[in-house]
Amino acid sequence: MPKLTIQDLQRMREQAKQTMNLRSQNARAKVTVHMGTCGISSGAREVMAALLAEIEGSGTTDVMVTTAGCAGLCSREPMATVELLGEAPVKYVDLTPAKMRKLFHLHVLGKKVVVEYALAVGSETTA
Amino acid sequence: MAYRTHVMACTGTGCVASGSFEVSRALEQEIAKAGLSSEVQVVRTGCQGFCAEGPIVVVQPDGVFYCGVKVKDAPLIAQEHLLKGRPVKRLMYTPPKEKAPVPALRDIPFFAKQQLLVLRNRGLIDPERIEDYVAVGGYTALAKALTEMTPAQIIEEIKRSGLRGRGGGGFPAGVKWETCAHAAKERGEEPVVICNADEGDPGAFMDRSIIECDPHAVIEGMIIGARAVGCREGFIYIRHEYPIARERLEKALAQCREYGLLGRNILGTDMRFDIRIVQGAGAFVCGESTALMASLEGKVGEPRAKYIHTVEYGYKNRPSNLNNVETWANVPLIVNRGAKWFGSMGTGDVSENPWNGSSGTKVFSLVGKINNTGLVEVPMGLTLREIIFDIGGGIPKGRRFKAVQTGGPSGGCLPDSLLDMPVDFDELTKVGSMMGSGGMIVMDDANCMVDVARHFIKFLQEESCGKCVPCREGLRQMGNILNRICAGEGQEGDIQLLEELADTVVNISLCALGGSAPNPVLSTIKYFRPEYEAHIKDHKCPGGQCKNLVTFWIDPAKCNGCLRCKKDCPQDCIRGELKQPHSIDLVACIKCGSCEDVCNQDAVVVR
Amino acid sequence: MDSRAKVDALIAKHGYDEAAVIAILQDIQEEKRYVPADMLRHLAERLHLSLARLYGIATFYKAFSLKPKGRHVCCVCTGTACHVKGAPTLIDKLEQDLKIRPGSTTPDLRFTLETVNCVGACALAPLVVVDEDHLAKMTVAKLEKGLRSYR
Repeated sequence: MPKLTIQDLQRMREQAKQTMNLRSQNARAKVTVHMGTCGISSGAREVMAALLAEIEGSGTTDVMVTTAGCAGLCSREPMATVELLGEAPVKYVDLTPAKMRKLFHLHVLGKKVVVEYALAVGSETTA
Repeated sequence: MAYRTHVMACTGTGCVASGSFEVSRALEQEIAKAGLSSEVQVVRTGCQGFCAEGPIVVVQPDGVFYCGVKVKDAPLIAQEHLLKGRPVKRLMYTPPKEKAPVPALRDIPFFAKQQLLVLRNRGLIDPERIEDYVAVGGYTALAKALTEMTPAQIIEEIKRSGLRGRGGGGFPAGVKWETCAHAAKERGEEPVVICNADEGDPGAFMDRSIIECDPHAVIEGMIIGARAVGCREGFIYIRHEYPIARERLEKALAQCREYGLLGRNILGTDMRFDIRIVQGAGAFVCGESTALMASLEGKVGEPRAKYIHTVEYGYKNRPSNLNNVETWANVPLIVNRGAKWFGSMGTGDVSENPWNGSSGTKVFSLVGKINNTGLVEVPMGLTLREIIFDIGGGIPKGRRFKAVQTGGPSGGCLPDSLLDMPVDFDELTKVGSMMGSGGMIVMDDANCMVDVARHFIKFLQEESCGKCVPCREGLRQMGNILNRICAGEGQEGDIQLLEELADTVVNISLCALGGSAPNPVLSTIKYFRPEYEAHIKDHKCPGGQCKNLVTFWIDPAKCNGCLRCKKDCPQDCIRGELKQPHSIDLVACIKCGSCEDVCNQDAVVVR
Repeated sequence: MDSRAKVDALIAKHGYDEAAVIAILQDIQEEKRYVPADMLRHLAERLHLSLARLYGIATFYKAFSLKPKGRHVCCVCTGTACHVKGAPTLIDKLEQDLKIRPGSTTPDLRFTLETVNCVGACALAPLVVVDEDHLAKMTVAKLEKGLRSYR
């Protein structure tokens, strides 16, 4: 990797934006599992493993899986965010591997929000 | 310049995917065509949580909400609504009859009252990918600091922003940086920058979380700090209880070196700087800056006298610019968006003097007896009530709020009469507590304040490095007195004795740990004196926590004989048959409270 | 590798520098689960530091132990959030079951009982950490079951 200059940084920024974008990645959905210490302590790794197993088992190739830090509401961990192409991200709380499997089939593949597990729609606003 | 109208075009991920950037550009062009550029401004906002109907455009102050806006609709909105004042009905959103099944995030009080600066990327980016951080604007502040600003300008900007140290002391960061740069120049000695990630306050985990969700923000802040004071060497001192945070930092540093953001010729300039991670070994006192530096040098972490400032003579006697994680994470934002913007948030006017108020936001960890436990970031100056009841959702199980403990082990406990107090550095100090690193531990009427004071004194007694007598011996004696009060053996005059000892410890200890150690005792005596008196005079513990002073008893009128408590009792000391009232064998009972935990009839009484 | 060679290798890894002492001791502690006296002595010789100085460091920082620890380290978080949610009762129960005080090890070397001031997972209070596992929202009743699997 060559060392960046300031111009490279701007180019890299444009490119990196694309890789985070569902449309340019031809993905139908992005699932973010929140993996801070509190998430992991309450079982986020197991939830992630269940998700990956489901994706592999179903032969799906157009779902992006990513991790992020704590979402702030530690008492409701493990949490995950599901974002379908062109739709608002939905935050799910108190997940278990079983709930994640159900969520994957109903929401990610079936495009139906699983209301029982959902906390809210949208992202946090930053200043 | 003031605009009469703002057109808020949502540029959250959902709306961008449906073309909101194009729409906002088209709107700007049409506004210019209509000659309204000086009156109407287009603002690109974060996600409005309504992506299914995007792109969303909201016209303020009219409050008109357009959805599904396309580029071809821009002339219509500009001509009809913005010029002639006639909102375009066709594009306006008609709410469905029934309530949305899943609420919008911004309608949930936990999220609605928060303002995210330091935690701006939480839940959004993958902390292990530098590309993600760069995509959301990462390292642009560094580029600006390197090319458009001199070191003196950077320091001036931080100073005027009013940023005060988030580690607890609240010392203005800019003043510290300036002193460090000055000392370095004066003595011709190269300074170091240090990030204090030895977050030891029990009940505080904001620094851990900041590193875990956005390690590059901290690193970017440190590189900017290094440029400001002119140094090549940096350290992050992180406690060993945080393995995940350390791992993410290590990855982030490796990425920075790979991309030339650390090392020689940073971003193609002649700046050279690198950062090393040093892991703590389990000593609370090492969060104190002089002890931390001793530990960095491979020594026992003992603080030294306060009159020598580490900013002038710190690590290996070099000028040392030490700030904590949250402070560093604020730096890139201030450089990018300016001191004025930062100073507009929070309390007081800090543009002339950073001591005049508390600018920006503060991250708090909200824990204990509270419904929404978690990490919240709010503007300085919000009241305790808003934080605990609106964001935190109040006290669980219908119990009553008793106190909130702020400022870590040497902070204080504040009663309900202070709930409407605005939270900032100076207000908290005024009432006998402090900001500390931002832990807020909420307690309900089942907590005993004498026991809480005892808990903190025991903690500080163990963590005292033992170097100076008032802290080492004074805390031990205070601990002994609190132990006997909790055991029901308190004596007349104990409260006064505690106050005298506290006074001695505060005034003649060497470092800040000793200087603030008696706070939990003093604040509980100040606000909860009747509880101390109840223990000493009546041998009663109103909170039901002090085991020698309480007994567990099952109210036969309430007990429905479900056997649940009997099954869970670790001592097997509950007698009773199904559907018959149970009873506890008081001789064998260890007062563990497991029966109270499982009873759903509230039949277990602690008295 | 014998213990002297191990110390030499660690010095090579962390640098022949007094500032590296803590990092070297951390590696020793992690591998051996304690800091053996002969390694401490050898380290002092190699770095030309007094043994008293290293002993001071090894006893000052909580992460180091001069006695072997048990196969499993059972660590009760006594941070304030855990305290107000019942950590003291958990310690009472463990003391009673394991018949040891915090800071000591069972004679069969199965468990070392410790306390920690805060692991920063306060939302899950009260918390007991066994080795790397976080046992969240513990109660006296759940504790017994939770520890059974650690042999």
